[in-house]
Amino acid sequence: MAKRFLLIVTTLSLVAIMMGCGKGKASITMAGSTAFQPFAEKLADQYMITHNNVIITVQGGGSAVGIQSANSGAAQIGMADLVILPQEAKDLTATIVAKDGIAVVVNPQNKVANLTSDQVRDIFNGKIANWKEVGGGDIPITVVSREAGSGTRSSFEQIISGINLKKDALIQDSNGTIRETIANDANSIGYVSHGLVNEKIKPLKIDNQDCTSDEIIKGNYKLVRPIFLLVKGNMEGEIKNFIGFVLSEEGQKIIQAQGLLPAK
Amino acid sequence: MKLISEKGVQRILMLTAFSAISALLLIALFILSEGLPFIFKYGLKDFLFSSEWQPNLGKFGIFAMIVASLWVTFGAMIVGAPLGVACAFFLSEYVPRYIMRIIKPTIELLAAIPSVVYGFIGVMVLAPIIRDNFGGPGLSLLSASIILGIMILPTIISISIDSILAVPQSYREGSLALGATIWQTITMVTIKASKSGIIASIILGLGRAIGETMAVIMVAGNSVNIPHSALDSVRTLTANIALEMSYATGLHRQALFATGVVLFVVIIILNSIASVAIRKRMVKK
Repeated sequence: MAKRFLLIVTTLSLVAIMMGCGKGKASITMAGSTAFQPFAEKLADQYMITHNNVIITVQGGGSAVGIQSANSGAAQIGMADLVILPQEAKDLTATIVAKDGIAVVVNPQNKVANLTSDQVRDIFNGKIANWKEVGGGDIPITVVSREAGSGTRSSFEQIISGINLKKDALIQDSNGTIRETIANDANSIGYVSHGLVNEKIKPLKIDNQDCTSDEIIKGNYKLVRPIFLLVKGNMEGEIKNFIGFVLSEEGQKIIQAQGLLPAK
Repeated sequence: MKLISEKGVQRILMLTAFSAISALLLIALFILSEGLPFIFKYGLKDFLFSSEWQPNLGKFGIFAMIVASLWVTFGAMIVGAPLGVACAFFLSEYVPRYIMRIIKPTIELLAAIPSVVYGFIGVMVLAPIIRDNFGGPGLSLLSASIILGIMILPTIISISIDSILAVPQSYREGSLALGATIWQTITMVTIKASKSGIIASIILGLGRAIGETMAVIMVAGNSVNIPHSALDSVRTLTANIALEMSYATGLHRQALFATGVVLFVVIIILNSIASVAIRKRMVKK
């Protein structure tokens, strides 16, 4: 019993010591969008190399969590990848730090190469159920979408507008699994973040605009969502410095190298 | 001195034993306290018997998922139970014991394969086969049932074998002495004597099937939809929680906990049936 006690006391004091170590360093917590999370981690690592008095912790949770935790103070910086920020975010200072295109993708075997936004809407609503109606072969369309609450899904539905997803659409819970599903199923259609398109899937032209970095930056391609960093109240101190770093040439270069598009 | 240390050991063991029970209690309390308020607020009837699940519009009906969970579990039973029970009878009645002692642990290894791997095989191998041969999206009720049916095999086989072996040898010898074949002995004697154990094994398998999440998310397609055929894509209760938990806030999050409450109740019912069946077997012996 005595040994047990000793063990507990040692553990507790170790925890106390470790907590003490953090003092003297500014600590920033970021939480939110899983789409931006890996980029935030890269940026935070870079920033901490030059500013070793700051500790930045990056957490995921989704855009909704990003807004919520920035509001509650659980995180100093919230990350969100929504087209329109919801009501709850109106007290937050939002900075657009990057842009991300959403590619509508099909299997490479599919002959269809171009859809209008109306056709995309009808396909996801279930009004168009066969590829022959949009110039493909006579095969039924398998619609693949994301789960409710996903930032990619809500952005997609807001930009296309009027989507009431058909009941038997498949639901996958990440960009990666959507890509796998599309790559495996010749009849399917889905949407993924532009940075994740590879040779296993084929991005479609939307309203005759290619889903390429060039067209997205020019503003021709329609399906683009901004990525916001949200801060409660005014930005100051290290938080301001960090967001400044993200927007700087160096920060934007990191964002671009990893597949996102610069904010401007 | 000896007495004290004996008491000390007893206390420590008691503490550890209670930690397992209190973990269960805490989980139950947590799920109920998070989920029940939602059920009262939203209305039990609307929650259980509506199949409109649109969290962004504030509609939380899980009927389609309850139906889907039951169908998937039922499907897994149709695939897994005959295979498992037949395998158990073959191993315990037809092959020499030493062979059984090699094969049984090998089958039990199936239980050690992570469910992600089953899901992966389902997505890469099974779904394309179903899609190419039967149509539909491939990710469906059928593929989920087959994958789960395989996943519950080790549970069914090993508990069935145990209960078949528990049948006294004299029963078999009596039957064989009357001139019955091994098959007649199985159908007329052994199966009757070991019935409750076999049923318990199937129910435990069901419990595993209804609670399985990862593999189902990967192979079932996850659309909130009451299935009209085995080729339709479905979303189970477990899949619903796991899919949406990371994004859910507020009412949506509570609705997911309430889904957990429903699942919890279903599993408690299944497990109590199984333990009653097992107890019956013990009494018989």
